[in-house]
Amino acid sequence: MNLKKIRKDVAVVGAGMTVFARRLQETGKEMAWEAAKMALDEAGLTLQDIDAVIMGSAPDAFDGVHKKGDWLLDGAGGTNKPYMRVFIGGGTAVFAPIAGWWHVASGMFQRVLVVCEEKMSSVQPHAQSAFGHIWDPILDRPLKPNLVWIFSMEMQRYMYKYNVRYEDIALVAVKNKRNAVGHPCAQLADPNITLEDVLNSEPMALPVRRLDISPPSDGAAAIVLVSEDVAYEHTDTPVWIDGVGWCIDTTMWTNRDLAFPKFVARAAKMAYEMAGIKDPRKEIDFAEPYDPFDYKELQHLEGLLLAEPGEAAIMTREGKTQRDGEFPVCPSGGLLGVGNPIAAALGIKIGELYWQLAGKAGPRQVKKDVRTGVAQAWGDLMQVSSVVVMRRR
Amino acid sequence: MTKKDKFGPPFNPRGKPLEANEMEKIPHIRAKAPAKYAWAAGTAMSRFLEELKNGKIIGRLCAQCDRVLVPPRMFCERCFKPTTEWVYLPGTAVVETFSISYIDQNANRIKEPILVGTVAFDGAPPDCGIMHYFGEMKPEELKIGMPVEPVWKPQNERVGSILDIKYFRPRKK
Repeated sequence: MNLKKIRKDVAVVGAGMTVFARRLQETGKEMAWEAAKMALDEAGLTLQDIDAVIMGSAPDAFDGVHKKGDWLLDGAGGTNKPYMRVFIGGGTAVFAPIAGWWHVASGMFQRVLVVCEEKMSSVQPHAQSAFGHIWDPILDRPLKPNLVWIFSMEMQRYMYKYNVRYEDIALVAVKNKRNAVGHPCAQLADPNITLEDVLNSEPMALPVRRLDISPPSDGAAAIVLVSEDVAYEHTDTPVWIDGVGWCIDTTMWTNRDLAFPKFVARAAKMAYEMAGIKDPRKEIDFAEPYDPFDYKELQHLEGLLLAEPGEAAIMTREGKTQRDGEFPVCPSGGLLGVGNPIAAALGIKIGELYWQLAGKAGPRQVKKDVRTGVAQAWGDLMQVSSVVVMRRR
Repeated sequence: MTKKDKFGPPFNPRGKPLEANEMEKIPHIRAKAPAKYAWAAGTAMSRFLEELKNGKIIGRLCAQCDRVLVPPRMFCERCFKPTTEWVYLPGTAVVETFSISYIDQNANRIKEPILVGTVAFDGAPPDCGIMHYFGEMKPEELKIGMPVEPVWKPQNERVGSILDIKYFRPRKK
């Protein structure tokens, strides 16, 4: 793998994001347009300036419409342009910008719009009915699984192997739902939530309780990526994508190590090597790991090599991962606080890195001066990960 | 930030999820997708399902990786070589992880929890097993590392399905 000789450096110069909430009146196209327009406006661009468009969206089954990239095309601004949809389940949120990155890094395109959209509320009665179709039809589906089961089993294994307490995991939900109070798009922000609220919330699939889970949501987000050749024409504060990585483990999920996400570590090492990062714990200032469940934030911090296995829980308990802590994690409020419209988490992960590093995060701005951040998403059948390192120069 | 239109303010102000019946207030179309499928089980899994009918667990040996693959595959995804022989396993297993579920497949709430998890079969590596139910135990008795054994349906009721195993129960000492 050649991670050194990239032709063009790539910068984010604008980002946009809709409110995340269930059953928005708008269609997916309308939401995609709203986010795309915001990102273009911030970059001071119009659609005519854009060379190519990347669309990210999760299963077609959510919409009941095949070729969802095509279905969302007009709202994403892809009409009469080179256009492609990428989809790796939940990992799409950080993978769509990676696809945008390679379009620009290759030297082929100078300005690329990346739009991610999700409307989970169309599927009735619940998004779970669509999730049922991701399981193996021969071995898993006859057992009538609920998607929460696999997370519950993973969390159980993680707690067992690394001696992690549920009380420490639940603190992640408290932190993120409180952080989300500062986010204008948040669905589940709660300034008063306590640890007891999480511990006493409704049992779903134990050890997972209701407040350990991020909510299904509808929403869209977008970013504008430009080449180093034009970045400073658009802004004085471009934020650079200095490292990207992605990796997937076997589909045979009952054959995987469920406690440590090796595929996250591989994706992270790839991104760190490209960004020239040798000691991630020292060189990275804050992180936006994927947090659809509270334990996932911890497991992903460990996969990102920002904590030893089991250590992320201790960092959380000691308050280090708070927004004003020594290593802020999910200052956006994360999926747990802002909401989880699968691919549109682009706005919470890459969007937040951009806003924080450009000093535009408003009430969410972390206290310490941040120059380097890492974002990560996770998906497919719980075994794919995408990682992006971003820097202010 | 939600777009306002000529129909007035949106029905979903920030943070308020709309209930299902509120959907009725906005123009919408309902439909069902009545697609049906028949999935071939494939070369490896067909044999596995046949052996379930016989009350047996079978795996495939990857000689290169020295790994017995359960569920069986005709090739190894790690070394990418063909697997070479069928290996019968005793069927006894160990609980790798589990969940105590108060929700069914469609997220409906249920009173009696489903005990479910993954097991690793004896004779296969610790990361080689399947998902299944647990039974003949109380939820609080279920533990990682617990030795378990399959409880089979009566032979005349087995059809070559993962459900030919009813569940796994604690192994008698």
